[in-house]
Amino acid sequence: MQTDKEILIKLAQQNPSELSPDELGQTALLRKIQIPRPLVMVNSSTSGIVAGSMRTWEAIEQYAAERSIDIDLAETGSIGLSSEDPVISVQLPGRCRIFFSRITAEKVSCLLDDLFHREVPDQHVIGQLIREGQEPWKDVPSLEDIPYFALQSRIVLESCGIIDPFSLEEYIAGGGYRAFLLTIRSYTFSEVCDLVSDSGLRGRSGGGFSTGEKWKAAFRTPSDQKFLVCNAEESDPGAFMDRTLMEGDPFRLLEGISIAAYAIGSNRAYIYIRSEYKNAIRRINNAIKILREMGLLGDNILDSGYNLQISLRKGPGAFVCGEETALIASLEGRRGIPSSKPPYPSTSGYLGRPTVVNNVETLSNLPGIIRNGPDWFKGIGTTECPGTKIFSISGRVKLTGLVEVPLGTSFDTIVNKIIGGVGKGRELKALHVGGPSGCMVPVELMDIPVTYETLKEKGLIMGSGGIFVMDDQSCVVNTVSYFMEYMNKQSCGKCIPCREGTRRMAEILRSIIRKPADEEEHTTLDRFKGMMRLETLAEVMKDTSLCGLGQNAPNPVVSTLKYFKNEYEEHIFDRRCPSNSCTELRSWFIDVDLCTGCSICAKRCPAEAIIGTARHPYFIVQEKCIGCGICHEVCKFTAVYYK
Amino acid sequence: MGVRLEVNGRSIEAEKGETILSALNRHGMHVPTICSMKDLSPSGACRMCVVEVEGSENLVPSCSFPIEGPMKIMTHSPRVLRARKTNVELLLSNHPDDCLYCERNGSCELQSLSEDLNIRERRIPGKRSPHKIDKSSPAIIRDPSKCILCGRCVRICEEIMATSSLDFAHRGNELKISTTLAKPLNYSNCTSCGQCLVACPTGALIEHVQFPELEEHIHAPGKLVVAQYSPAVAVSVAELLGYKPGTDLSGIINAVLRRYGFDKVFETSFGADLMIMEQARIYQDRKRDGQDLPLITSSCPAWIHYAEQYYPELLYLLSPLKSPQQIAGALIREWFPKAEKEEGKEIVSVVISSCTAAKTEAKRVEMTRTGIPTIDLVLTTRELARMIKLSGLDLELLEPELPDAPFYSTGSAGKLCSVAGGEAEATVRTIYAQITGTEIPASKLHRFRINKSYREMIVKAGKTEIRMGTVSGLANAVAVIEELLSGKRKLDILEVMACPDGCINGGGQPIPAVEKLIRSRSKAVYDMDNGSKNHTAHGDPLVQEIYRDLLKEAGGKLSQDLFYTTYLKREVLL
Repeated sequence: MQTDKEILIKLAQQNPSELSPDELGQTALLRKIQIPRPLVMVNSSTSGIVAGSMRTWEAIEQYAAERSIDIDLAETGSIGLSSEDPVISVQLPGRCRIFFSRITAEKVSCLLDDLFHREVPDQHVIGQLIREGQEPWKDVPSLEDIPYFALQSRIVLESCGIIDPFSLEEYIAGGGYRAFLLTIRSYTFSEVCDLVSDSGLRGRSGGGFSTGEKWKAAFRTPSDQKFLVCNAEESDPGAFMDRTLMEGDPFRLLEGISIAAYAIGSNRAYIYIRSEYKNAIRRINNAIKILREMGLLGDNILDSGYNLQISLRKGPGAFVCGEETALIASLEGRRGIPSSKPPYPSTSGYLGRPTVVNNVETLSNLPGIIRNGPDWFKGIGTTECPGTKIFSISGRVKLTGLVEVPLGTSFDTIVNKIIGGVGKGRELKALHVGGPSGCMVPVELMDIPVTYETLKEKGLIMGSGGIFVMDDQSCVVNTVSYFMEYMNKQSCGKCIPCREGTRRMAEILRSIIRKPADEEEHTTLDRFKGMMRLETLAEVMKDTSLCGLGQNAPNPVVSTLKYFKNEYEEHIFDRRCPSNSCTELRSWFIDVDLCTGCSICAKRCPAEAIIGTARHPYFIVQEKCIGCGICHEVCKFTAVYYK
Repeated sequence: MGVRLEVNGRSIEAEKGETILSALNRHGMHVPTICSMKDLSPSGACRMCVVEVEGSENLVPSCSFPIEGPMKIMTHSPRVLRARKTNVELLLSNHPDDCLYCERNGSCELQSLSEDLNIRERRIPGKRSPHKIDKSSPAIIRDPSKCILCGRCVRICEEIMATSSLDFAHRGNELKISTTLAKPLNYSNCTSCGQCLVACPTGALIEHVQFPELEEHIHAPGKLVVAQYSPAVAVSVAELLGYKPGTDLSGIINAVLRRYGFDKVFETSFGADLMIMEQARIYQDRKRDGQDLPLITSSCPAWIHYAEQYYPELLYLLSPLKSPQQIAGALIREWFPKAEKEEGKEIVSVVISSCTAAKTEAKRVEMTRTGIPTIDLVLTTRELARMIKLSGLDLELLEPELPDAPFYSTGSAGKLCSVAGGEAEATVRTIYAQITGTEIPASKLHRFRINKSYREMIVKAGKTEIRMGTVSGLANAVAVIEELLSGKRKLDILEVMACPDGCINGGGQPIPAVEKLIRSRSKAVYDMDNGSKNHTAHGDPLVQEIYRDLLKEAGGKLSQDLFYTTYLKREVLL
């Protein structure tokens, strides 16, 4: 759909209430509310592709071609339900759009057959999107009524999974770019800083520092050039909100960047993105190209006299490059290692110039704040922490995906009510919040309202908002050990406490969850001493590490030693894992009564620890057994069990 | 602007903007540091200098924290001490326990830190990381297992020497100091200047010790072991032997070396005298032809190495002369057997130098004659100190002796070459005398001795002007040479010394090389010159004798044969 540049700019400049009937019609067309042909939108974001949405796409194309049906097929981002992918949505002219879950290629023809006969299949339905001027389907729940959506306040994720991320028209028709045009036409630099400062927006990457104040510091520093850097180096394993935002709604991010760059008086903005996010890179590059063509980026934007260039820089994908000084070093082409603060980047950053580093989610909040005013934003969340926060939920839960809730919502609401809790028959043990340098939240603390302050009071951190849910089958010590090894690999290695501290902590934790190689190694006393040393190491690392990575690396250890000490003790003194997930600590046995002597376990044992004669019960030599559990998997008679 | 700090309950004055560390040091308060080095950018990596600042959540690194306003600081609170101790323990947790066998035993900063912090057991055991020792360079041995990754070598190589042979590679527990593509050091662009091993706090970087090889030769029948030592060694070895820094121990060294078993003991400064004679001649020739100016000196082997790698287009400006130790060495090989009639004996030529690059230089193909290296062994000042201790002589009772004739300098021109600026000064003295026929008043050139990395001066010799300049530290040299190339600067003679402050701060010198000690070394060299009766190379009777008896004239056939060489472009992996 080609639209004249002027019409689009005119749309972006006007209040929705002042639109003429002509323009309203135009908007409805652009927003895909009125459509000439049936529309099928496929989630082509990373989570969708992984689940096979590209094959679904091909199946839909083939379906339409075989039956000569004229349909529009469009890409969209993820609606947030990663575990339900491939998600597709279908809209027939005049009717509401329905979202379907888990539509793999083979299910396409059945589904579309039903729909074109105006019938909705029983399975796979998520819900329908109710919009003005469309006729709702009978017996299909509205998206707003299902618990996953009902309890969320989608502000930043508003259009994710609904609009086409390649279409600027759709973004503008939905209210996009009003905020930016308002900014460059009606506000001075410092007014924008004040406005955002007034709204109380705080950095969403974990620190929770006031965005407006950060801008002001950079704005006040005199310099010939200032820089805005968007931190899209989302490197927490288990966090994917930034990727989803960039893939689902890239123009929102770019509008946010434009507003932020304007606020600090910068003409140059960079998006520092990890190179693994190929899908997001493609969409952002496409968006930048369109914006340049439209004159919304470049020199003298819409005759305002304001120039802005945004460019994308690919990072090598290192955890430490999420730290702002390391990010800037990497951006400059040097090794991505942090440097001492002060000086802060807002006074001396990229190329020694004042630089503001904001994260994707923070920047994506800006269009809403400018459009609706700071008071609207302050009405959401708590007084100290207004606004919403996106959490990405993974682990042992019914649904995995993104949840956007007002700050101050409890973990209980997020995990149990919205996501639906842990699997059937399982019991929630803990939440690991904030990625590898996050904290383990025990069930007792599920009810606290989630804000930067309340978490800090309890010794926890929000981090970037990744929540890893653990049930009674997940081992706390094992998870902590995994995270510590991750941190050790990801540490830049510059400062001693972080480089050596994470290495020693990982070694101590490993000795707790593994079997000793020989009798002499890691006696119970050694392992107990190791646990005691973990506390000292954690304190010193927090006290002396150069950057946030080292200071926060011991968080999982500290929080688990506080809330789950009994699990450590069980590993150390009893040499057993209460949740049976530390494979090396399991002792396997063969039930003499059940074993038929088929010998399959002995053949498959990698350690050659199973001996016996065919057709007689086999026996596991404990000294040789490495606890892998392959014998258990291959036994057809359930004769292998562990203690 | 003054700010008042309260440190451990006492009030001190500090400047706004300076670091906490510099304010503390100025008031006589010391906090331990590993990664911090004078003249280098603060890194904040070792976290040893942390202090407790009231109002700050975490401990603060004093080396990089600028003072903004009044602060309350605790430098030795239990929390701070525990943090420092734990961090040293972390470093030690997988450090090789071979202090007794370590080259740096006794001068190791990690050793003294753990001693100070009273670390008496390994509380945090750690897995050793496997590392290979790199012995490929003739000058430097790298043992990564002893490396504590402070980055001092990286920064000195990059910021002072502009070479960047070493840098960090990998990350996390894999982090290591590496050369380009992890090739051995002899493949890299290393100039062997040795500044990194002076900077290294532990034994991760040490010189290629040749002192044990000496044992095979000394006292061996049929071998004539000849030593030559440079004046930079004479004025600095005192620091390692418990003398007052800056004491000239030439006489003692002569006596000890003879008793140790050397058959002859000479001075490298004699080679420097000859170099000055030849250099003056080359200058006069070039000035007369009005081309190939400025004359850039070639006495520093590290600088030669650097120029061959990075400025092949400028090699024609370089003086074609060898370094003083090679000139003296060539003379010893060629002239000595004839004069002394000891032809049957095999000569073993040993250089005792403050320079590690001399070790590499001695292995160069240009420095051989008929396939035989001119110099057999190169020892550093540190190796000499060990040899003196091993000799078991009571230095107090030893009578100073003179070096052997004919290769020692009675004047001070050659000796002056061991400080930055000295070579230019001594050369200009001879040139001046050749042009005007009178000696230049010594004081006329004293203005050239200010303590700056780059110095420039115009000397009027009759009607001609000689624009002389000296620069030390390769990074500074690069800056000056770029200015010469762009035409911003015009010079007639440029002396380049790779090490900051010249040979007295060479890579083979006593560790630590702190500012105060370096000043005392340079003062000792200047004192030698000031106290000398003969300030010039051409005025030295022994030099005159050599030219009369053997060389005939500067630039003559035999000098060309012995002292001149060609420097060629060197391809290197960057």
